Amino acid sequence: MTKIYKLSSFLVAGVLALGAAKAQADSITAVSWGGAYTKSQLKAYHEPFEKKFGIKVNSMDYNGGLAEIQTQVQSGNVTWDVVDVELADAIKGCDEGLFERIDHSILPAAPDGTSAKDDFLPGTLTECGIGQIVWSQIIAFDPGQFSGKKPSSMKDFFDTKNFPGKRGIRKNPKVNLEWALIADGVAPGEVYKTLGTAAGVDRAFKKLDTIKSDLIFWEAGAQPPQMLADKEVSMVSAYNGRIFNAQVTENKPFVIIWDGQVWDLDLWAIPKGSKNLKNTLKFVAFSTDTQRNADQAKYISYGPVRKSSAPLVSKHAETGVEMKPHMPTNPKNFKTALQNNFVFWADNFDEINERFNAWMAK
Amino acid sequence: MNTKVKRQILAADGTPLKVKLAQTNRRRQLRAIWLVAPLFLFVSATFLVPIADMLFRSVDDPVVSTLLPNTTKALDTWNGQGLPDELVFQTLAKELRARRADQTIGKLASRLNFEKSGMRSLFTKSGRKVKHIKTGPFKEKLIKIDKKWADGETWSVIKRLSAPFTGVHYLAAVDKKLDRNGVIVSQPDVRQIYVILWLRTLWISLAVTAFCLLLGYPVSYLLATLPLRTSNFLLILVLLPFWTSLLVRTTSWIVLLQSHGVINDLMVFLGIIADDQRVRMIYNQTGTLIAMTQILLPFMILPLYSVMKTVPPSYMRAAQSLGASPFWSFFKVYLPQTIPGIGAGCLLVFILAIGYYITPALVGGQDGQLISNFIAYHMKFSLNWGLAGALGTMLLISVLALYWLYNKVVGIENMKLG
Repeated sequence: MTKIYKLSSFLVAGVLALGAAKAQADSITAVSWGGAYTKSQLKAYHEPFEKKFGIKVNSMDYNGGLAEIQTQVQSGNVTWDVVDVELADAIKGCDEGLFERIDHSILPAAPDGTSAKDDFLPGTLTECGIGQIVWSQIIAFDPGQFSGKKPSSMKDFFDTKNFPGKRGIRKNPKVNLEWALIADGVAPGEVYKTLGTAAGVDRAFKKLDTIKSDLIFWEAGAQPPQMLADKEVSMVSAYNGRIFNAQVTENKPFVIIWDGQVWDLDLWAIPKGSKNLKNTLKFVAFSTDTQRNADQAKYISYGPVRKSSAPLVSKHAETGVEMKPHMPTNPKNFKTALQNNFVFWADNFDEINERFNAWMAK
Repeated sequence: MNTKVKRQILAADGTPLKVKLAQTNRRRQLRAIWLVAPLFLFVSATFLVPIADMLFRSVDDPVVSTLLPNTTKALDTWNGQGLPDELVFQTLAKELRARRADQTIGKLASRLNFEKSGMRSLFTKSGRKVKHIKTGPFKEKLIKIDKKWADGETWSVIKRLSAPFTGVHYLAAVDKKLDRNGVIVSQPDVRQIYVILWLRTLWISLAVTAFCLLLGYPVSYLLATLPLRTSNFLLILVLLPFWTSLLVRTTSWIVLLQSHGVINDLMVFLGIIADDQRVRMIYNQTGTLIAMTQILLPFMILPLYSVMKTVPPSYMRAAQSLGASPFWSFFKVYLPQTIPGIGAGCLLVFILAIGYYITPALVGGQDGQLISNFIAYHMKFSLNWGLAGALGTMLLISVLALYWLYNKVVGIENMKLG
């Protein structure tokens, strides 16, 4: 009896060990921003990739920033294989040796033969980051909460007298300082020049002070539509795709204010020391090819970064809604758009964030 | 015959009984040690070692001296006036290139940036460009890359961080820093945050303790005086939330308190407040106070209850039959006998509250954040473990100080936990 027991437990242990080893070899961990955005990546990248290569993609969520990646790389225990990062973080992380350099020649050419280098929009390929999408931070509101005039500009967001109610903003100085200056009358083109001076930063904080008692802060991208739906806030900053998702798949009456939208890129970056580098590179190349890049935009309103993908974007996969009017890059939405200045934030984020934290806690 | 020969009492196997007894005792002690050993090892591995590590990290500062060994040595001779000489610049350029190559420049830049904002970009930028500098004059060329190299302050920061051990984290934990000349000065206004947080943590912990006592005392009295069957049922009502997950209870408070939550809806429905004047009870200090009081309440009720159980009801009756008013007999007879319970409950609640983390993080908004939230922030996000260690050490010391004070005032032998 004991013999059989011992034998079988050995067998079980062996099988488990084998299984674990196999799982390790044939799976990678992709980290992204959760919610509707991660869902679009699951549908457009992960599932077809698993089917084609037989490599499992484990999906995890985070809220941006380099801290967790830094902890993993510095402790030598890297469990994230590929991370969806903002442009400023892709540049900063590369400088600090947190990311692997990626050889751009692994990227497939467009169907018409245009090389990847020419097919990606300018600035969307960096030393360590491979661009995926253009997204933007916008203001959204629920028209039901304003009986009279509806807000329509960045100034209205900071005007709690004519447009009463709580405001939700991201717990991060990025974009918020830019908006404070725009609302204070700085032209979009002058924003980063102004922020580059101590007086400019003071001015932005002073403007934020005017609505501070009405602010509620969010961290995860899925929170803003929830806050609007709960009527916890009357206006909220959000990633445009999340509001689109609430509008289209959840039939919420939310409205987006495109005035002063700050757009940015999301890129894939590979933490240095990834244990599945070969498979991860395969995944990065596959998920940024022309078809996948366009597929992603069928699920959420983020623009593809490949020129050859743009014509393939048409209708939402589940509801059949035309995607073009919802894209941040649509000319009608893009008039007063501002690009997130990644050089500025790569150099100044820590300093300003420290002050932002002190400001929030007071 | 002399009968004075000392006769030893022998055990069955011939050894003297005294020796035998000592052996048995020793064996019993050994067995006890073996039984305690797993717990001891567990406690040292999960509690003592991490605390020692935290204490050590709060003063340990090896980054600059190990990553810029020659520059820090060369800076020893610099007197802090003007700029260092060419040799220092040359050594730095060489070491910057080496750190860029082995990709440790990010670590170096982060450490320096904790001390002075702007150092990160200075180091990463210089590291990127320094490979083009092959020959002198290094001073001129480095300054051309970034004019911060011409600022004596930059160099004095590097010099200040050259020592492998430091007290700067403790200064930072009370909004102070060292200036160029090594004098302790306050941080600029816009960066001051920790003193406010310490005071807020203290005030919220005291308030929560007071609320728990005010709410818990009558409840415990009721539990202790009701007939056993009713009181057992009521005790379950106290214990049930106590056994429920902390996260569940905190989230339930969000559901109840939010501006379109149960309580606000009810008040609007009853016409107490207008629809557009809903009370904000969450994501601020109020939310932290309410949720923490409810969550910590059992820690007050249970010790109070166990002490009140031992107070014979006949004492109160005796006092009243001797002519004391109900209030006076409560104040003179009942209350003093429950002091051990009050002491235990307050100490428990206060110590738990002062290190509270999850509840303020979820319902505290911004002005409801406590010092522990910032310890977590520095552990997880800014990765300034030295500062996190210093804040943690100060929290530990303040709890120990309170314990000492309690012992002096009330006496720890008077405490009764149940």
